[in-house]
Amino acid sequence: MDKRPKSHGTPLLRVENLKVYFQGDGKRARAVDGISYEVHQKQTVCIVGESGCGKTVSALSILGLIPSPPGEIVSGKIFFSGQDLLKLDEKTMQNIRGNQIAMVFQEPLTSLNPVFTIGDQLGEAVSTHKSMGAESLKRYMIQLLSDVGIPSPEQRLNDYPHQLSGGQRQRVMIAMALSCDPDLMIADEPTTALDVTVQAQILELLRSIQQKRSMAILYISHDLGVVSAIAHWIYVMYAGIMAEQGNSDQIFRSPRHPYTQGLLASLPSLSKRGKRLYSIPGSVPNPAYKPTGCPFHPRCPHTISTCRKEYPNMCDYGHGHMARCPVLYEKREHTE
Amino acid sequence: METTHKHNAIILRLEKVKKYFPIRRGFFQHTVGWVKAVDGVSFDIEQGKTMGLVGESGCGKSTVARLILKLLETDDGNIIFKGRNIGRFSEKEMKPFRKEVQIIFQDPFGSLNPRMTVGQCIEEGIRILGVKRASARKERLENLLNMVGMSYDSADRYPHEFSGGQRQRIGIARALSVEPSLIVCDEPVSALDVSIQAQIINLLKDLQDQLGLSYLFISHDLNIVGYLCDTISVMYNGSIMESASSEDIFNHPYHPYTKSLLSAVPDPNKKWDVTLSLEQRYESDAVYDGCKHQKKCPWVEKQCRKNPIDFVQVEANHFVRCWKTKKSDLKVI
Repeated sequence: MDKRPKSHGTPLLRVENLKVYFQGDGKRARAVDGISYEVHQKQTVCIVGESGCGKTVSALSILGLIPSPPGEIVSGKIFFSGQDLLKLDEKTMQNIRGNQIAMVFQEPLTSLNPVFTIGDQLGEAVSTHKSMGAESLKRYMIQLLSDVGIPSPEQRLNDYPHQLSGGQRQRVMIAMALSCDPDLMIADEPTTALDVTVQAQILELLRSIQQKRSMAILYISHDLGVVSAIAHWIYVMYAGIMAEQGNSDQIFRSPRHPYTQGLLASLPSLSKRGKRLYSIPGSVPNPAYKPTGCPFHPRCPHTISTCRKEYPNMCDYGHGHMARCPVLYEKREHTE
Repeated sequence: METTHKHNAIILRLEKVKKYFPIRRGFFQHTVGWVKAVDGVSFDIEQGKTMGLVGESGCGKSTVARLILKLLETDDGNIIFKGRNIGRFSEKEMKPFRKEVQIIFQDPFGSLNPRMTVGQCIEEGIRILGVKRASARKERLENLLNMVGMSYDSADRYPHEFSGGQRQRIGIARALSVEPSLIVCDEPVSALDVSIQAQIINLLKDLQDQLGLSYLFISHDLNIVGYLCDTISVMYNGSIMESASSEDIFNHPYHPYTKSLLSAVPDPNKKWDVTLSLEQRYESDAVYDGCKHQKKCPWVEKQCRKNPIDFVQVEANHFVRCWKTKKSDLKVI
């Protein structure tokens, strides 16, 4: 769990200096502004960040799902099992989508079609990538649904999405994503709309599926608690850039970026009762009007004059732990 | 409730409040059953204190809020606000009551009128309060905006020009405009980002200190409730399962449901252990006798299925609806 990804050899997915911009009203929104990350086999990698930081956009660009226009992948490379996904034609991409990389979305009700039964939709997903007879398809679907912990799966095949609870719908979405045995599952806030107890069940399900199928998961979330529970490796995003990366111990015990530090300090808990919560002043910048230099400088307590001008470098804290804040890095060298 | 130490005045008391909604079926819409949304809920909120109401979606916590605001009528039981039963209020008495109790909604996008400027929206309340002079109203508006940390120039702008956190501040200013003494906060921060959440929580706390407000804080986020609330009531399926001080709920929970809720919350400072909540079996929440939690309780026994469970006191100011707490080996369950 605490190994850095590099020890696993070549990564399954490697994103290099990805930039995705959106054009509109004569303005350019730099939604993702030069991020790099890696997902290794059998690992759960989390991308955490607030709304609008570019975490969903970075995931959609892996699958080639950025609407263009207005979106545009300006530069960068996305290597998946050795091939650059950005150079592939639409047909090859379609074969990879669902088959090798599957996605689970946040809102299970809107991502399922209300007028088709669960069986219809799951069957469609399976038969797009696999040729199967009707009988074996049904058997396979029942197997899938029971794998994700849905009780009496045979009857559920004839149910419509509205007949299922939120947690069950999300399980169906996960079954759909698993249907073609993907190497990588991208889960975009799959538990945000769910209750805590249901969330715990879904997280546990993902964990057991991952162990059984030795699949990699790229998990996107805004919830630091969830991330701490499941991540092997964490990337913290802020305003289109990667602010910090590390394993859960490094991120939660010794955060090195002022943004990560601020986020953790602002989490309420019983133990902080009576004390005032730290709150990061201001709000997330609009991607079309990003501050120059370090995008976090207007909200940062450690800002110095260079922060306003220069784009900060990644600073290495060892064991793969890196943070994009030279100011704190300098301070560390003086104190330690 | 029995007391061991001196209590503040109680601002709001619910006594066995019930609200059932009919389930109608067929062409003539016959009533075929009842959804017991709120089924005998009792609790007290002390003056100047915050009570947290936690539970999963559909457990009836928002219905409780609407009953307190008298947006819904209770079917049975009493809601007593400052010593008076609100169920018996006449039309004329309702108006001052509406000023006393205000609500902050979850969705900062849907709860502000898009056609009114922020100033108009808040000033409406000031006018209702009976402030006639325009200059006095303006002064009060400026005051309110300052109180929630916004500048006076935002008064002429429309809600869509603001971010979620700012809109929630506007919602708070609007609630404060009529000088309430109790504010019902229905998931006020769950739609906000983490860094903004802390700002709003701090603001709510500051306002409580300044104005002596009492809050009923409805949330599904146990971390926020633990931080902000003095007492917590855990609701499940229309009933309160456990109620105690925040410390007791977190450190010595008795009820199996409270325990499974607490174990389900991932906390960066603790290793995550979900064994408790995973032992739950999925079954529908149909109508049945006995304990409301029996279908999901990992420790269910024969007795749980027979009789309704009483709300019993296990410690000073700690009440639980689970018969197993009567046993001497409380910690073992």
